[in-house]
Amino acid sequence: MSAQTVMLRRNFKHIARNPTSVFNAVLMPIVIMLMFVYMLGDAFDVGVNYVDYATPGLMLLAICYGLGATATSVNSDMTKGIINRFKVMDVSRGAVLTGHVVASVLTNLVAIAALVGVAFALGFRPNASFLDWLGVLGMVVLLAFAAGWLTVALGLFAKSPETAGLASVPLVMLPFFSSAIAPADKMGPGLREFAEYQPFTPIIETVRGLLNGTPSAGYAITAVAWCLGIALAGYFWARSTFKKRA
Amino acid sequence: MTTSAITATDLRKAYQDKVVLDGIDLDVASGSVFSLLGPNGAGKTTTVNILTTLSRADGGSVRVAGHDIDSDAKAVRKAIGVTGQFAAVDELLTGQENLQLMVDLSPVKNGKRVVEDLLERFELTESAGKPTSTYSGGMRRKLDLAMTLVGDPRIIFLDEPTTGLDPRSRRTMWSIVKDLVADGVTIFLTTQYLDEADQLADKIAVLDRGRIVAQGTPGELKRQIPGTHVRLRFTSVAELDAAARVISGSTRDDEALTLRVPGDGGTKSLRNLLDRLDEYAISAEEFSVHTPDLDDVFLALTGHNTTEVAAK
Repeated sequence: MSAQTVMLRRNFKHIARNPTSVFNAVLMPIVIMLMFVYMLGDAFDVGVNYVDYATPGLMLLAICYGLGATATSVNSDMTKGIINRFKVMDVSRGAVLTGHVVASVLTNLVAIAALVGVAFALGFRPNASFLDWLGVLGMVVLLAFAAGWLTVALGLFAKSPETAGLASVPLVMLPFFSSAIAPADKMGPGLREFAEYQPFTPIIETVRGLLNGTPSAGYAITAVAWCLGIALAGYFWARSTFKKRA
Repeated sequence: MTTSAITATDLRKAYQDKVVLDGIDLDVASGSVFSLLGPNGAGKTTTVNILTTLSRADGGSVRVAGHDIDSDAKAVRKAIGVTGQFAAVDELLTGQENLQLMVDLSPVKNGKRVVEDLLERFELTESAGKPTSTYSGGMRRKLDLAMTLVGDPRIIFLDEPTTGLDPRSRRTMWSIVKDLVADGVTIFLTTQYLDEADQLADKIAVLDRGRIVAQGTPGELKRQIPGTHVRLRFTSVAELDAAARVISGSTRDDEALTLRVPGDGGTKSLRNLLDRLDEYAISAEEFSVHTPDLDDVFLALTGHNTTEVAAK
């Protein structure tokens, strides 16, 4: 059995024994979806059925909500000496981190699947072909992977599990200031520019285009570039913190 | 001829401008127990971290089990086992699963057997199926050490293995360490307790502010520090005068009205002392026996006590 498999199995055991954090990660996006679509949806005029508009953004929000748990569990491994224990053993040094990233991505996928299910119940009717759906899956996994590495880095860097959880809050807030809930061009000055240029907007527009059956290459290229950038930055930050901190 | 398990030459480490290790030389003989004794902040954990490849020294060279820690860290990691200052057990897993995790990560044959044996040896079989979050401090330390032993390492680092443990758990830990030594394992142990180093170590190095201020066998070190003494407190200067006159080799403190009498702490010397006081009809208000602790060692070896170091 490879070290990676051992670590991943350990992460799954953690999730199974402490399901609260995953439950939160899956439930919160659904609550937000019900709130926006059911309660406020009729008040938004976005040109299309609001659930069709909001679902792509909420899918990304679902990824972000899962990150808090990842940051906390990475940090608790770091501060409780578990990572040091692995580091002084002759095992692949990255395995413990990869385990956390993979567990985080899989948790995200569960949350997104649940969310999309609820969206369908609320009247979500995408025009996506099978290939478009694959594109959506690819985009979502890429973002989950990128955000996962960044979160692992945050978790390693933070002084305590509490600050690690707090450090992931901006990631949870970012989708709200993008075109996830409302179109960027309807926002006030300043915020509008921010929403247009922040990474979540092109990612959301890519997913939205795909689900609509009208994918946009321009958004997709920007989205993939952002994700690769975040993934690399997160990966190298995580690696150097992992090496330095003892 | 004895071979060295660990040698360090001119080890240096600073964090920003704070010097933590200021040129340390160590030589640990194979199959012996070496104890690094010092107060909090002396640099004990930093030393362990460097020797175990967790952090890099700024200067100096280290060989562990014959391998250079910089150029051959992998080989060093294969040879050592490390139990850190805080029990690094996975709280969401059971004791048995924690050990199994180590087995899965090590090239161990017959893993199931290894786990069972360790559980039994450390008297954890009964709680093996419970999550370690329910374990007491002593049980965690034991499990932590058991996890370290999974790969049967020949050199083991123990960073303050008994800090925060109750006296009974401390004794258990000590006897475990003694058993390991009997098996020929080399042990590098850090501690803040003189009695612990005295009990376990073949050789002690006293670390103070990043320097080794004394090194030797427990016997050699104890000769350098004030031994056990009896302290007598009197109610008046007159009584103190009288007592000081009849008890030779004593030191008086006029302000505290006390008399310090060196002795070995045994009943025989004690009876002699009391008999002598009785003979001259002198009675002391208070009587206490004082055994040397880390504070005395520091005062004797460095001219300052441990709290000054901590405050620095």
